[in-house]
Amino acid sequence: MSGRQSLRQGQFLGQSLPCAVLEARSVKSRTRQIKLCAQAAKAGGKYDYDLLIIGCGVGGHGAALHAVESGLKVAVVEGHDIGGTCVNRGCVPSKALLAASGRVRDMKNTMHLKSMGIQVDNVRYDRQPIADHANNLAASIQGNLKRSLEAIGVDILIGQAKLTGPNTVKYSLPGRVDVGGTVTAGDIMIATGSVPFVPPGIPIDGKTVFTSDHALKLEWVPDWVAIIGSGYIGLEFSDVYTALGSEVTFIEAVDNLMPGFDKEIARLAQRVLINPRKIDWHTGVLASKVTPGVPGVKPVEIELTDFKTKEVVDKLEVDACLVATGRAPYTQGLNLASVGAEVDRRGFVPVNERMQVLDTKGKVVPHLYCIGDANGKYMLAHAASAQGISAVENICERPHVLNHASVPAACFTHPEVSFVGMTEEAAREAAEKAGYGDKVSISKTSFKANSKALAEGEGDGMAKMIYRRDTGEILGVHIFGLHAADLIHEASNAISMGSSIGDIKFNVHAHPTLSEVLDELFKQAHVEGIPDIALQSKVKPEKGVKREAVAA
Amino acid sequence: MTEGKVVSWLKSPGDQVKKGEAVVVVESDKADMDVESFSSGYLGGIVIEEGGVAAVGSPIAFIAESEAEIEEAKSKAGGSASSNGAATPAEAPPAEKVEEKQPQPAEASASAAKPAPAALEKPPSPPPPPAQAPAPVPQQRTDGRIVATPYAKKLAKDLGVDLKSISGSGPAGRITASDVEASRGNGVASSKAAPPPPPPQTASAPASAPASAPAAPAPAAPAPVPTTVSELKGTTKPFNSMQSAVAKNMVESLKVPEFRVSYTIITDKLDALAKRLKPKGVTMTGLLAKAAGLALAQHPLLYAACTRDGNGITYASHVNVAVAVSMPDGGLITPVLKDADSTDIYQISRNWADLVKRARGKQLSPDEYSSGNFTISNMGMFGADKFDAILPPGTAGIIAVGASKPTVTADASGRIGVERQMTVNLTCDHRIVYGTDAAEFMKTLKSVIENPDQLTF
Repeated sequence: MSGRQSLRQGQFLGQSLPCAVLEARSVKSRTRQIKLCAQAAKAGGKYDYDLLIIGCGVGGHGAALHAVESGLKVAVVEGHDIGGTCVNRGCVPSKALLAASGRVRDMKNTMHLKSMGIQVDNVRYDRQPIADHANNLAASIQGNLKRSLEAIGVDILIGQAKLTGPNTVKYSLPGRVDVGGTVTAGDIMIATGSVPFVPPGIPIDGKTVFTSDHALKLEWVPDWVAIIGSGYIGLEFSDVYTALGSEVTFIEAVDNLMPGFDKEIARLAQRVLINPRKIDWHTGVLASKVTPGVPGVKPVEIELTDFKTKEVVDKLEVDACLVATGRAPYTQGLNLASVGAEVDRRGFVPVNERMQVLDTKGKVVPHLYCIGDANGKYMLAHAASAQGISAVENICERPHVLNHASVPAACFTHPEVSFVGMTEEAAREAAEKAGYGDKVSISKTSFKANSKALAEGEGDGMAKMIYRRDTGEILGVHIFGLHAADLIHEASNAISMGSSIGDIKFNVHAHPTLSEVLDELFKQAHVEGIPDIALQSKVKPEKGVKREAVAA
Repeated sequence: MTEGKVVSWLKSPGDQVKKGEAVVVVESDKADMDVESFSSGYLGGIVIEEGGVAAVGSPIAFIAESEAEIEEAKSKAGGSASSNGAATPAEAPPAEKVEEKQPQPAEASASAAKPAPAALEKPPSPPPPPAQAPAPVPQQRTDGRIVATPYAKKLAKDLGVDLKSISGSGPAGRITASDVEASRGNGVASSKAAPPPPPPQTASAPASAPASAPAAPAPAAPAPVPTTVSELKGTTKPFNSMQSAVAKNMVESLKVPEFRVSYTIITDKLDALAKRLKPKGVTMTGLLAKAAGLALAQHPLLYAACTRDGNGITYASHVNVAVAVSMPDGGLITPVLKDADSTDIYQISRNWADLVKRARGKQLSPDEYSSGNFTISNMGMFGADKFDAILPPGTAGIIAVGASKPTVTADASGRIGVERQMTVNLTCDHRIVYGTDAAEFMKTLKSVIENPDQLTF
């Protein structure tokens, strides 16, 4: 899941910034003119830096940029690769692989092409150039990130950091004497991210049994890959592998695939992304024993144990095994004890809604923040940078709380899945508890009703919106279909700005575009007290028509 | 919307259902829709399973009003499934309960035989005996486990192949998709020697014997595989679901009063036309279907059907000619050439080629094999000169086409000559088609076939 977030003034609770805000930022911005605030660093000599950020991934980078804009003197400490997981082992290379493999899939889809009168023969691919595309892109974006920080005067320190006191950090690289040191900072932000979680007992050899870190290098395309975990990472890889000709078997611990998705979306996604492809699955089982193999010589053996009965139910013999069972926080060695805090039993750093670290007694540790995957609130790249920016706001004494319900998420399969807010199940449950259970409504539409989708021959898809029919509040929006990851932002923006359906129902969408899928959702919604709009996709309300003027 | 596909059942048999409650999700050409129950009760039997297709108006499930009636509803579902389109619906529970076990419904269609993948699952039961014989014994694995890739499993299920009978060529004896496909090439049961399933006798498209080489590849014409008769001696093999369906339909047909009319038709001109058009992809099957279509267009009674209650005649709006084809693994199917009267011969031939190809791959949809209202069965390629076919339930006529042979004939003035003649035997439902109707139809058919230029439109 990737994304860089651009910051609008609206996020700042109405308070104006002391200095100009960058219009829009992208990871590649190295030539932007930056208007630095005239205000000198607050530190004024007491500390080396106003803000020290441990970890220079997407979260740390976003925080650093915003901190500089806010007039702080900033340094980042990075012990591995600048850009962190997203750039080097996550979003960036995975999207590169998905783009290449997606095109292979499209060109091999003879039926789809034939329906448009096109014939393509002999579609072939070379593995190495595809892998290079991903690796080169990662390197290039890493370079951009680094330069973007250097250009605005952020110091990049190399080493693994640990706290040695409330405002002091010591950093070094094992076995190296040429790097390292101790720095002090007025505020410290932990942004150390996460690593792939490997269940105990699964040996990773990096060749036949591996995690996403290795898979993204695409060193080989195994004929048959078992993927443990059917969340978004497993799904995206199944998309890549099957497009490149492999067969896939999912191993999922709970009883249904794609457990985190809205159930209705998961059903449709399964029908499109899994059933017609060379994929089968085992649900309700754990991979209790995995024995690595030798490529071309010996298969990987995977023992499957029933999740409930703990009995061994099957044994797979596949060419490779991808472990995609989630991510674990990378927080060892931070030495939180020096400030009276510690990580929870899963390794996450406990924080409050302002991203302030809480100590073992639950009290705020002053001047210590933690953002991104390391705190476990919402493990997505753009959530990390949003949290980073929010934390900087709090550091600058402009209290800010990030509304996580407005942070969208996407899965870049073909077609894509995206959502913001709650699933239908979660929304109904929350509504029951809060007493408005009977006010929850759903509006749904199919991509088959969208002219652009049909023109592309991509009618497979649906969108649904869960909302409150008494207030028009949007509780969740889920999209499965072409460009779902791009389309979700209309909904996430609405939620972020607190817009109700009534506010946005009259917005005009260009025709014919996929965005009309969302237009349908909004227009189909029945909110008490607001007149319904005639539901014809060709009939659009006149621009600028005030609500009162429209007859019921 | 003329048909819908069941996406998923939200309730299982035995579950309570309230009026207005969503019971099933159906996919139409527009979108997925939740379908609500019109009445309260208990979901008894499901006729169309997930992934299955049903025509608008046909039952997809039965809801019992009370718990006591759940079993009856279940059996109705089982019965209705296997007699989809057949004359009689299922009756009393006890007897029919056995049918409930019939794996996927929507199988046994009126015209007997359907290649629907689901029907041919049953991992335990092996493919038809004759085919089994020459199949290679799985070798590489010594632990007896069957390891097959996801796609290999899917293919095996769709093609009705038993994984146990395949030897895997992948690493460590793994069965791959290509192994499954290769295995279908062997064990072709064209040794349909013994009793071939009744009505649509084997017969395959082209070559009704006369003309030279068959134009299109015949599904059932591949070189006969030597039968290891010794393997069959003394054994009893239970029917697979397709054989059960055929047997059932044959017994059903006994309820229909049939009579037969035979005609000798001279085929010299037809054979010459077939030879001329062969390079353009036109086959004898296409020509026969077109001829039948043109003749039927003038005799609506012959492509009508007696109503289920036996009290009326339903006239069809399209002339859909089904042609019987036997499948390499022993199955029987009747792909339908729709609107045979108004489709041109080239399109018919193209459609036929496509239908046959997909029939072999068991990819025909129910509409493509059960919407026929007149059937052609051709055994000429096997040399049979005269036979009669059994009427498929729900239709009024079927013609059995024999081989065309050069015959010495004498005309009225005593002159002797040689003509190629074939015998065509029409079987009809005497509840609606009477002697004269049948004879007149055959007269028209003869005239169409003997003046075949009209077929080229």
